[in-house]
Amino acid sequence: MTTHARAERETLGEFFLRAPAIGPALALVVAVVVFSLSTSTFLELDNLSLVVEQSLVVGTLALGQTLIILTAGIDLSNAAAMVLATLLMAKLLTGGVPGIFALVLGVLVTALLGLVTGSLVTRIKLPPFIVTLGLFTILTAVGKLVASGQAVPIAPDSLLAWLGTRRYLFGGIPVTYGMTLALVMYLVLWYSLTRTAWGKHVYAVGNAPEAARLSGIKVNRTVVSVYLVAGLIFGIAAWQALGRVPNADPNAYQLGNLDSITAVVLGGTSLFGGRGSVFGTMMGALIVTVLRSGLTQLGVDSLYQDVATGALVIAAVAVDRLARRQK
Amino acid sequence: MRHRSLLCLVTAGLLAVSGCTVERHWGGSSAPAGSGQAKVGLVTKTETNPYFVELRNAASAAAQAQGAGFMALAGQFDGDNDGQVRAIENMVQQGVTTIMITPNSSTGVLAAIERARQAGVLVIALDTATEPESAVDATYATDNVAAGRQQGAYVKAALGGAAPKVIMIDGTAGSTVDTYRHNGFLEGIGLADGDPAIVGRDNANGDQSIAQQKMENLLQRTTDLNAVYTMNEPTARGAYAALQARGLQLVMGSIDGGCQGVQNVRDGQYDATVMQFPRKMAEQGVTAAVQYAKTGQKPSGFIDTGSVVITDRPMPGVPSQDTAWGLRNCWGTT
Repeated sequence: MTTHARAERETLGEFFLRAPAIGPALALVVAVVVFSLSTSTFLELDNLSLVVEQSLVVGTLALGQTLIILTAGIDLSNAAAMVLATLLMAKLLTGGVPGIFALVLGVLVTALLGLVTGSLVTRIKLPPFIVTLGLFTILTAVGKLVASGQAVPIAPDSLLAWLGTRRYLFGGIPVTYGMTLALVMYLVLWYSLTRTAWGKHVYAVGNAPEAARLSGIKVNRTVVSVYLVAGLIFGIAAWQALGRVPNADPNAYQLGNLDSITAVVLGGTSLFGGRGSVFGTMMGALIVTVLRSGLTQLGVDSLYQDVATGALVIAAVAVDRLARRQK
Repeated sequence: MRHRSLLCLVTAGLLAVSGCTVERHWGGSSAPAGSGQAKVGLVTKTETNPYFVELRNAASAAAQAQGAGFMALAGQFDGDNDGQVRAIENMVQQGVTTIMITPNSSTGVLAAIERARQAGVLVIALDTATEPESAVDATYATDNVAAGRQQGAYVKAALGGAAPKVIMIDGTAGSTVDTYRHNGFLEGIGLADGDPAIVGRDNANGDQSIAQQKMENLLQRTTDLNAVYTMNEPTARGAYAALQARGLQLVMGSIDGGCQGVQNVRDGQYDATVMQFPRKMAEQGVTAAVQYAKTGQKPSGFIDTGSVVITDRPMPGVPSQDTAWGLRNCWGTT
């Protein structure tokens, strides 16, 4: 991501440090190749399309999570906020509110929650872990209250479920609107992070907040903006979730927050802030889904799949630490 | 720029390999019905609940006995609709002929089920019905209203004419199965929701430790009661722990019929449990799947696999079996 002057020769560690998305990309390629060779069903276009579709919700959550982790923060409440938004949207829709208003209101709620989190983190200097842990508990309960414990099904042809609509490109490549939206979001965020002043501020704040402050960056404002944007993204994740399963369920995505952190970490973004990329996160989200899909097709018990995913996360962080030490 | 070119190479490679598959057709290689070989996929709510483990083992054994292919997947937790949808998709992708599913939410996975059925897959709901029931081809399950009614009738008889003062430990708010059992129990004991004879009520999500805690809290409010409804056996065990700590002896019933639950009844922790028959659901489902693969003939409607009261204190007017029978048949096929 950064534009270091190129050294004559760089160590492997420096290489990974400079381009953190390379490692995950390689891991993804290896996984895809292995599963393609070992199963007859993995490398079918519709299966690859499924894998992408299955990674969308967590991938979108992970996008917002990436921004927050880049500032050395963390969000444990993102999936709970998303579930709450799906419930609000579905409730409004079934209550007769037009889909577009339900959608906008849902996204506004998660954005507002982001604003609140960001303010608590910057104004009262609360650790993001604690703020979002508290919010996680609150939002989970509020979701159940809003829904009175019931799942709220919505019509699969409503605007709220629209992202799940499938189209066939070039006659045969199955693509949903949700995939297209995710791609657009990745591109916009990639541009914002790498080509705008705001993006440079986000990295600077995560790397060394004090230095950032001394060089004139408004640290607090940057951090709040990150939580706000992440909140917006979590609202969009809610839309993705309804496109995938047109049924808002207060018990859904209980592990969504951890899954999003997993994707971010596997994508090579440092939990200590200041280093990482949205494309890494995209790879990270895909790696998890590819592993699950491929191992399932190989007939591996899903509990072993959890073991494999967990081991990968630890390995990814180990690579991060070792790379830093080499530097 | 060495590394950028590496990335390009990798990308190009990826595109090339994925390009090779363009000619394959959407929907995987699902064998058309009537072609003979059954491939059965089972999707349960979770991996770890012993009830679903039993269901899975029974289905696996039945599939093996009948020469059908078998695979099992599950959600990660109660309410994991997304995980179940993923499981359905992966199964269709791998060309199963039949999917048997215990849906996490009666409405959560309908879209995926519909897509599977459109791809020619027979879909059978096991244990838990979908809403509407017609979203699947057939349902093999316990009639949970009837099971609740049996528990209610037993408790009423065991009270021997005393006016009921009952605490209800329910399951998960909004779950269909839990609601059916709850309503059935009230029907059986002859009370309406909101009746003052229900002296306390809480949800324990089917979890033993939560049930114990909720019961302790309810007993803090009143100990003037003579009966307890529990929606499953872990709940009953939790409630029993709380009652025992208070030295309370009263009539308690439950539903499930796992071997541990029957043993609890034998040990006197609670008076009766209503046994259901997951192995029967699994076996009948697999048989239907094999039949479908052979002849293309689909089962339809709701097929009740039955339920039986298990108790060592039988009551007149309430048909029951003793715990010796229960231990021989726990979650069995009879």
